[in-house]
Amino acid sequence: MENLDIISILGSTIRLSIPLIFTALAGLFTERAGVFDIGLEGKMLFSAFAAAVAAFMTGSPWLGLLAGITVSVLISLIHGFASITNRGNQIVSGVAINFLASGLTAVLGQAWFSQGGRTPPLSPSARFTEIVFPYAVELRDTGFFGRFYANVISGHNILTYLAFLAVPASWWVLYRTRFGLRLRAVGENPGAVDTAGISVTWLRYRATICAGILCGCAGTYLAIAQSAGFVKDMSAGKGYIALAALIFAKWRPVPVMLACLLFGFLDAFANFMQGKNVPGIGEVPVQIFQALPYVLTCVLLAGFIGVARPPKAGGVPYVKER
Amino acid sequence: MSTASVPLPNWITYGLMPFLNLVVAFLISGVVVWFIGESPLEAVKLLLQGALGNGEGIGFTLYYATNFIFTGLSVAVAYHAGLFNIGSEGQAYVGGLGAALASLALDHYVPWYVTMPFAVAGAAIFGAVWALIPAWLQAKRGSHIVITTIMFNFIGAALMVYLLVHVLIVPGKMAPETRVFLEGGQLPKLDWLIAMFGGKIGAAPVNMSFLIALFMCVVVWALIWRTKLGYEIRTLGASPTAAVYAGIPYVKTVIITMLISGGLAGMMALNPVLGASARLQVEFVGGAGFVGIAVSLMGRSHPIGIVLAAILFGVLYQGGDALSFDMPKITRDMIVVIQGLVVLFAGALEYMFRPAIVRVWQRFGKA
Repeated sequence: MENLDIISILGSTIRLSIPLIFTALAGLFTERAGVFDIGLEGKMLFSAFAAAVAAFMTGSPWLGLLAGITVSVLISLIHGFASITNRGNQIVSGVAINFLASGLTAVLGQAWFSQGGRTPPLSPSARFTEIVFPYAVELRDTGFFGRFYANVISGHNILTYLAFLAVPASWWVLYRTRFGLRLRAVGENPGAVDTAGISVTWLRYRATICAGILCGCAGTYLAIAQSAGFVKDMSAGKGYIALAALIFAKWRPVPVMLACLLFGFLDAFANFMQGKNVPGIGEVPVQIFQALPYVLTCVLLAGFIGVARPPKAGGVPYVKER
Repeated sequence: MSTASVPLPNWITYGLMPFLNLVVAFLISGVVVWFIGESPLEAVKLLLQGALGNGEGIGFTLYYATNFIFTGLSVAVAYHAGLFNIGSEGQAYVGGLGAALASLALDHYVPWYVTMPFAVAGAAIFGAVWALIPAWLQAKRGSHIVITTIMFNFIGAALMVYLLVHVLIVPGKMAPETRVFLEGGQLPKLDWLIAMFGGKIGAAPVNMSFLIALFMCVVVWALIWRTKLGYEIRTLGASPTAAVYAGIPYVKTVIITMLISGGLAGMMALNPVLGASARLQVEFVGGAGFVGIAVSLMGRSHPIGIVLAAILFGVLYQGGDALSFDMPKITRDMIVVIQGLVVLFAGALEYMFRPAIVRVWQRFGKA
């Protein structure tokens, strides 16, 4: 393969990985605090819709981001209310959020804009557009590293760089702050945290709020950075891929990023391979690449490539002793 | 004092509480309708007319309900064993392959009633196979069944698209679907059933699988409440540790339960594949597997409850279609909203009203 192909695949790997990184980090926060979150998909979709609507109405991508995050946090609080306060089934609550997201965004989108559930296309000023790094244009034609700099390092929007900043930031919060220590503890042994006089409920709520903020960034990226508007069901299973990446990374921040990049690469590679022939094999069906993240996750879960051990108290509502 | 442990009579737990949860879900749906500028009452009227106003509407309602009975039973059986099978969608999808292969092989040679048992077996076996690996992973390797069944939904979707695009497609055609089955590979419509009540079936695809679905309700009821296996399944669901202590084999019971669950989901494929469109198509399940979650939650995992809940969702689906025709502002997606609210209130927020109900009951009910 030529260099150019590799670089364009790597460029689109980055673009496809960003929503996964944000969403998987979101899952990292709630699941480390002991709250399962399969509603990630729904939160991403809700925030994508909110961001697109707000950016369209105000013409400002920043207000779009604000709206995306706000809505996503509100949805997270519903999940929190159901699974923390009401001690309901966390999986069921997540499923409900995914249904609500898919339905409400389409109904409201159609009612407000009458374009088949889409929002109207956004003008470039209402979007997060590419940032061109210094000398990227000049270096574009100067060998491999020049092209790499121009197409892989430079030329993304602000949210992309924010996603890569969110990884060390999450690591720092989870492993180097008191809040992070308690958050991880509440996912392993909420009883101990409670005995220490710290509120399990409030900690878990804060974890879901963190997740809401991150999912809000993911949805905003989808709607007003990657695309120019909301399209019905545009999250298209990315929330579940992010969940798979989270498990694949065994609930740790830096591996989460690597897993997301791997899954993004598979996606980019599948797009690139579509309709191309591999010598000796023929055309490789694109479905193989599509299924690969899920297959890998199952193989991992089976314990064949290391053990993925989830936080011990995950999925169990905490009942204070009476 | 917590109110969680106060016993309540059955009619409150199984009647009043689900009813209240449902009422809240529908009230909020009404608010959404009102919010987008339509009259909720008018919407309900149009919805009911569309679903139950004539023979064709009823036929469509029962057609949708058939799907939901199968997937609802599938979710319920697993739920009794404490397993949350979120993979009915994928199991139904792969089950369609089993049903279609039977029809493709036999429709030239024999009438439908010979094909039917093979198609039923094919659908059930393929669906069960698709549940086998998540079951094994749960039972032997301790991987969470929710996650693995979600993964298998996506793997199943990729597999079926591959098969339909590359293997089963009719040569020279563009659409990724199998050839249309001959009459020997189709399930007959239930026009006589609708005619019995003086209606005309029209284009409604309600078919033989509706009766199979009802039959499976009886089978599931007998299995869960009248057999040793059912007792073991329920014990496992109540307390896995106690079940294992009492000598119930954990691995075997989990795997058998999931095979039954997957088989029931797979049989759902009979209805759209052999009954309605007479061919295997991409995405034919159309979310029925997920509706099964709502149906099972609402029906409290009991076959009678499931039939009622499935018919309710059938009404919503068919009525929703009619409604989107009359009120273009309310799209079909409104059903998904209602579905989400039902799952939220009947499932996740199941016990939201319990403390209040307990207080009222302690005050007035016991006397």
